[in-house]
Amino acid sequence: MPFGNTHNQLKLKYTADQEYPDLSKHNNHMSKVLTPVMYAHLRDKQTPSGFTLDDVIQTGVDNPGHPFIMTVGCVAGDEETYEVFKELLDPVIQDRHGGYKPTDKHKTDLNPDHLKGGDDLDPNYVLSSRVRTGRSIRGFCLPPHCSRGERRAIETLSNDALRSLSGDLKGKYYALKDMTDEEQQQLIDDHFLFDKPVSPLLLASGMGRDWPDGRGIWHNDNKTFLVWVNEEDHLRVISMQKGGNMKEVFNRFCTGLTKIETLFKQKGHSFMWNEHLGYVLTCPSNLGTGLRGGVHVKLPNLSKHDKFGEVLKRLRLQKRGTGGVDTAAVGGVFDISNADRLGFSEVELVQMVVDGVKLLVDMEKRLEKGQSIDGLMPAQK
Amino acid sequence: MANNAALDSRQSAPDWSGCEIKSDCATRAKANYPAAAESIARSDDLIPRTVTSFFCADRVRNAIMPFGNTHNNFKMNFSSDEEFPDLTKHNNHMAKVLTKEMYAKLRDKQTPSGYTLDDVIQTGVDNPGHPFIMTVGCVAGDEETYEVFKDLLDPIISDRHSGYKATDKHRTDLNFENLKGGDLDPEYVLSSRVRTGRSIKGYTLPPHNSRGERRAVEDLSVQALASLDGEFKGKYYPLKSMTDKEQEQLIEDHFLFDKPVSPLLIAAGMARDWPDGRGIWHNEDKTFLVWVNEEDHLRVISMQKGGNMKEVFRRFCVGLQKIEEIFKKNNHGFMWNEHLGYVLTCPSNLGTGLRGGVHVKLPKLSTHAKFEEILTRLRLQKRGTGGVDTASVGGIFDISNTDRLGSSEVEQVQAVVDGVKLMVEMEKKLEKGESIDSMIPAQK
Repeated sequence: MPFGNTHNQLKLKYTADQEYPDLSKHNNHMSKVLTPVMYAHLRDKQTPSGFTLDDVIQTGVDNPGHPFIMTVGCVAGDEETYEVFKELLDPVIQDRHGGYKPTDKHKTDLNPDHLKGGDDLDPNYVLSSRVRTGRSIRGFCLPPHCSRGERRAIETLSNDALRSLSGDLKGKYYALKDMTDEEQQQLIDDHFLFDKPVSPLLLASGMGRDWPDGRGIWHNDNKTFLVWVNEEDHLRVISMQKGGNMKEVFNRFCTGLTKIETLFKQKGHSFMWNEHLGYVLTCPSNLGTGLRGGVHVKLPNLSKHDKFGEVLKRLRLQKRGTGGVDTAAVGGVFDISNADRLGFSEVELVQMVVDGVKLLVDMEKRLEKGQSIDGLMPAQK
Repeated sequence: MANNAALDSRQSAPDWSGCEIKSDCATRAKANYPAAAESIARSDDLIPRTVTSFFCADRVRNAIMPFGNTHNNFKMNFSSDEEFPDLTKHNNHMAKVLTKEMYAKLRDKQTPSGYTLDDVIQTGVDNPGHPFIMTVGCVAGDEETYEVFKDLLDPIISDRHSGYKATDKHRTDLNFENLKGGDLDPEYVLSSRVRTGRSIKGYTLPPHNSRGERRAVEDLSVQALASLDGEFKGKYYPLKSMTDKEQEQLIEDHFLFDKPVSPLLIAAGMARDWPDGRGIWHNEDKTFLVWVNEEDHLRVISMQKGGNMKEVFRRFCVGLQKIEEIFKKNNHGFMWNEHLGYVLTCPSNLGTGLRGGVHVKLPKLSTHAKFEEILTRLRLQKRGTGGVDTASVGGIFDISNTDRLGSSEVEQVQAVVDGVKLMVEMEKKLEKGESIDSMIPAQK
């Protein structure tokens, strides 16, 4: 989807009511917050790079609702979006991030030594562990809005930075558009390859434009640390490995991320960050830490238990299918990860995953033996 | 004017001392963009260049609308080569025509409604090529697109429309009595259909229009159609308030259009806000229908089972002219000019915008080595029965005219009528095991 609304100068000839989207069948955060009055108030604004209200909300207008999760329904086109359209985005952020207020401050903690345990999740149940986050490079527009020139500049900068990593993190960049069939197959087998998004949530926001220009995958030789360039965010940084040693995954995550940030700073580019919103990313759902730490875990019995949803909620965890966001689970194997992003630090979120998954596996083992799990029900975190 | 200097962040800060409106810029900036206002004073940041150049350009160009084409101006911070799309794997009309020099020349232009070069070509960049047909790879966002971007669009039009020159004139002929014959064998010709599109002057086109504009087009159309009577008396079904029953009926009648799935269309931006402002109108006889706000403002379709193309074309011409009269009375003519004929979203539909065709059973002829050659000579094209970019099923093909521009409506439907007649005769010959070599037509 191109940014078709961005420069439609004629729109203001129509009244706010004539332009206001029909949200009567919609169920996403944007549609719950955006009133006709708010629309009238914000519709003639734009960020310095020209991102408008209609650009922010297009994905939410085009996608009324999702069967599995409550979608956000809006995206940022640049760092300033969160400021210029705060009247819309602050309440959306509040709804999405557990009541986070416009005056709240976010804490960052990327010290892996602060994580307790996490090295002993049972590999008979926990098939793989993964931590990802996103980073945006200050001074560039975000994927819904960036031009080809900007996207390529981000790719070049990222390449320069990643090229100088060494030791356990030494690796190689594979540009999507130059990939050989062999390289592509290997990346698919490694579960590393990302492809042109098919989700209408993502496509409607404009981030599929010019695919695959400027997109690529970097990973270390050990295949435990990878970086996606110009997918849904400028950078997605991922640490992963088979089995249940989340501590090691998180160690590598923090070390690698800190090194990358240093390299970018040396070149005069910082990441978008502020003390209210933490790391600034494309989707308001990823503000704060931008961190999703999770496991693929076998819970065939527990997942059928009528308290499964409640347990997850109390542990502040969420479930997804093993294909990622907006897919369904297959064979009783679930992707379990932290639900929060903003208002908690990285260490706190990964701690919740580690402690929560440990408990879920204990519950699964109980149910296998035909025992009750009532005594194990956690309190609301 | 320091505009161009302002666009390059690698240069030192521009000298604004002679600028009378600088204080106005600062005031407006602080009011609207507090984050940017703080950085305007700095000389080493990309953003103040854009903000100040935007305001200057805005003043010079147009003080009424707050949207200058800001994002397009922002892109000017990058060189033309940095922004030029990678078309190395592409095979569409746009990719064949757009050179780096042309891109550099056109990239800072925009139409009065703010449509830019990148908007025109986005669909062609996102869709490198199609297995069945040579795609156009660009669209218009408004009537002026064809003028502002003529450097790009004239050669594409020429390639697509058999050498049609920038100086050529197009002829319109909607007099159905000029059609000769047209009653085809219903044993082979299962259905007959003629469609065209129309754009309403003064509104931007589906890739670019806002919700307000789209709804206005819908209101106008509904009003106009409501005043038709006799064989054209009918009813409008807006997509967003259709009942399940109505929907099923429209599907059974083969009338319903749904949100496009073709990436060619979606990448052009025409599916935004679906299904808002979209709908289907049809007459009680179910032989004449109008799609509102699908790929064009209006698509007008006359169709019926069997091979009586003459009747289909009569109804088409009569209905279309009635609709045009009503729009004109309300001061909204259709977009038309003597060079391009009817102006539509896709350059492939310029001229008549007419696709007249049949669903015809040609299981033997379609597997004949000369099938493609015959079609080319008859100036016809084949599609699957699901429409553009689908494959054929069971030997049944959608056969229609290839041309749109440079020949009239009557001429194009005549080509279909005569061509399909010939192909049915060929099919019959092949059924009997006879040769069709003597029937191969000359190039029309």
